[in-house]
Amino acid sequence: MMQQGEYDMKTGAGLIACPRCDALHVEEELPVGVTARCIRCGGVLARPRAGAFTQIIALAITTMVLVIAAVFFPFLEISRMGLGHGTSLFGVAMAFSDGFLAPLVVVILGAVIGLPALRAALLVYTLLPLARGRPPYAHAVRAFRLSEQMKPWSMAEIFIIGTAVAMVKVGGLATISFGPAFWAFIALVFVSVANRSFMCSTTIWDAIEDAGARTDGREMVQSA
Amino acid sequence: MSDFLTDGAGTDAPVHNADAFPAPDHADQAILTAHRASLLGCRSCGRVWPEDHRTCERCGAALVPPDRRGLQAVWAWLLAGMVFYVPANLLPMMRTSSLGGLGGGGDATIIGGVIQLAGHGDWFIALVVFAASVMVPIGKFIAIIWLALVAGKPATVGAAHTRLHIYEVVEFIGRWSMIDVFVVAILSALVQLGFVVSIKPGPAAVSFALSVAFTMLAAQSFDPRLIWRGLPLHRRKE
Repeated sequence: MMQQGEYDMKTGAGLIACPRCDALHVEEELPVGVTARCIRCGGVLARPRAGAFTQIIALAITTMVLVIAAVFFPFLEISRMGLGHGTSLFGVAMAFSDGFLAPLVVVILGAVIGLPALRAALLVYTLLPLARGRPPYAHAVRAFRLSEQMKPWSMAEIFIIGTAVAMVKVGGLATISFGPAFWAFIALVFVSVANRSFMCSTTIWDAIEDAGARTDGREMVQSA
Repeated sequence: MSDFLTDGAGTDAPVHNADAFPAPDHADQAILTAHRASLLGCRSCGRVWPEDHRTCERCGAALVPPDRRGLQAVWAWLLAGMVFYVPANLLPMMRTSSLGGLGGGGDATIIGGVIQLAGHGDWFIALVVFAASVMVPIGKFIAIIWLALVAGKPATVGAAHTRLHIYEVVEFIGRWSMIDVFVVAILSALVQLGFVVSIKPGPAAVSFALSVAFTMLAAQSFDPRLIWRGLPLHRRKE
């Protein structure tokens, strides 16, 4: 346990280094609503927000529901000269199931469905007890780190832009109708954008620790 | 190393961040970094450890010193990304056949697809695809090569801010190149009208996806802390 403003230049306890430029700062428990920026590069160091955990949990559960809907409902349908063809999200991934393109099936399923859903599940697992003021579940630290690592690889919002481009390409060729899965995906994009604005990893790391996860004995206590 | 606190109590002490938030200090009066203090910061959660620590005890991430040797990984991933970008442009991305081959069709490379779109008058979409699959990947290669070459070399504070900004853009924009792969997947799954028209994915899709993934890994393995390492000190402590 450390007191507010106490730090040790030998062990680094009580200090924060900016991940972008390495500038040292003294760690402090920030009041809600304040943003801490790096004095050198201006990057955000911490941004605690009131009720952020509850909002992240709500959005993560929404994500899971939408992903399930997107998987099971029809995605797009095309018709031309009395011929029609519909496809689901699985159908889209399976487009690559021929020969040596097959690994792309896994890539698309993972980037578009798997990782967004898994990330949402990991966030709920990490934050649910914290939002209710209970100690975190076992391996919450690993769960949250995994979700942070998956962040750049979950590409649902890119997929929907890809859909728009594909629509224009087919546009003149045939008539297209959108299935429920398409709308679920549009909603998913908005949810993921909203989620990003509530997320502050530093605050979550701090909260996991404050709530009594296995710690390194360095968590800060509010001196007041 | 213990002389910081006694000697440099003014500008060299670590900075309290909670009460006041000044704009980033462009004068950069010898800001104390973890590296200069013989400490090692965690890039995942920000916690600071002694230099000989190898993993962060809070978040479990590996601790890596800001060292130019780390650039080897950047070069390796970047080279892999550039190698796969060549077949991605030479091989066909999509194979179209219409009216059983009678109505024309054939293979389209990335550039071919853009030209087709522009030919139909869809200038905006042609531009989006061209930006996502040609300009962005090549721009990323150039930006990462430049960042890796100048990393750790002396710079002015203003130049360091520019470099960090370019790095952030490269890191953000990398994933968006996957658009073309998704377009091919959607088109091939959707346009299956038997005799009338059908679209199949071409081999370029795989090499393009690999190229994007490797370039993303190159950007991720670049350590932005290196950008700041070459900055001149106003007062040397070492």
